[in-house]
Amino acid sequence: MATIDDRLKDISEIRSMMEQSSKFLSLSGLSGISAGIVGIAAAVIAQYFIDTAGTRSSGSNDAAYFLIGSILTLIVALSFAAYFSVRMARKKQLPFWSSATKSLLVNLFIPLAVGGLFCLILVYHHILFLIAPAMLIFYGLALLNTSKYTLKEIRYLGMSEICLGLLASIWVQFGIVFWGIGFGILHIAYGTFMYFKYEK
Amino acid sequence: MNKVFENRVRLTVMSILTVNDSMDFNSLKNMLTLTDGNLATHIATLEKKKYIKVEKEFVGRKTLTTYSATQAGRKAFSEHIDAMEKLINQCK
Repeated sequence: MATIDDRLKDISEIRSMMEQSSKFLSLSGLSGISAGIVGIAAAVIAQYFIDTAGTRSSGSNDAAYFLIGSILTLIVALSFAAYFSVRMARKKQLPFWSSATKSLLVNLFIPLAVGGLFCLILVYHHILFLIAPAMLIFYGLALLNTSKYTLKEIRYLGMSEICLGLLASIWVQFGIVFWGIGFGILHIAYGTFMYFKYEK
Repeated sequence: MNKVFENRVRLTVMSILTVNDSMDFNSLKNMLTLTDGNLATHIATLEKKKYIKVEKEFVGRKTLTTYSATQAGRKAFSEHIDAMEKLINQCK
C-alpha cells in the first residue's frame, strides 16, 4: 500500500516532468546580460554612423551597412545566448536540445522573421524612421509568443519591448535611443533579475 | 486509484504525454534516464491499456517511434490525480 509520502513524491515528480518536458528551462540570465551588452554596443556604433553620415561621400550604402550590422548583431547576441544556455543545461543536467527547444525556436523565429522582412520593406520604401520601433515591436511579440515554452518571466520582457516600440514610433527622432534601451538596458535588467532569482 | 499508475515510470510517461502533443522514444528515455528495455516494458503496459497511441514513421532509414496520449489515457490519468488529491485531503 502506497503511503501519503509516496503520493506527494509522485506529485512533485509529475509537476517537474510536465514542466521539464514542455518548457526550455535552461535560459540563463547571463544570456540576457550578454545580449544587452551587444545591443548597447550596436546602438552606439549605429549612432556613430548616423552622426558621421554627412562627412561621407554618398548615403547609398547606408541601407547595406544597416542590414549587415543588424544581422551581425543578431548572430553575436544569439551565439552568446546559446553558449550560456548550453552551459546552464549542462549544470542542471537537462538536455539542451529537446522538443521544447524546438518549439521555443520555431515560435520565436516566426514573428522575428516577419519583423525582419517588414523592416526590409521599410528600407525599400525609405521609411527608415520606423525601423527601430518595428524591430522593438516585433521582437516583443516574438518573446510573448515564445513565453509558453520557457520561463514565464520572459512575457514581461516581451510586453516591455512592445510598449517601448510604441513609444519609439511616436518620438521617432529618438529611435536609436529607444532601440538601445530596449535591446540593451532591458536585456541587462531582465538578465540580472533572472540570474539572481534562479542561478544564485 | 489506478493500478497502472502505481508505478512511477508509467505515471511520469503519462504526465509528459499529457502536456506534449507527442514525444519520441529517445526523448522520453533521455528525460527519464532509463534503459531502452525498462522504458519499453512500461510503454507496452500503457499501450496495452490503450492509454497511449504509438506511431512509427521512417526518417531516412531509421524508424522513429512517437507516442501520444489517447482520450482514454487522459481520462484515466486525470481520474488518478483526482483520487490522489482526495487521499491527501483525507490525511490532512
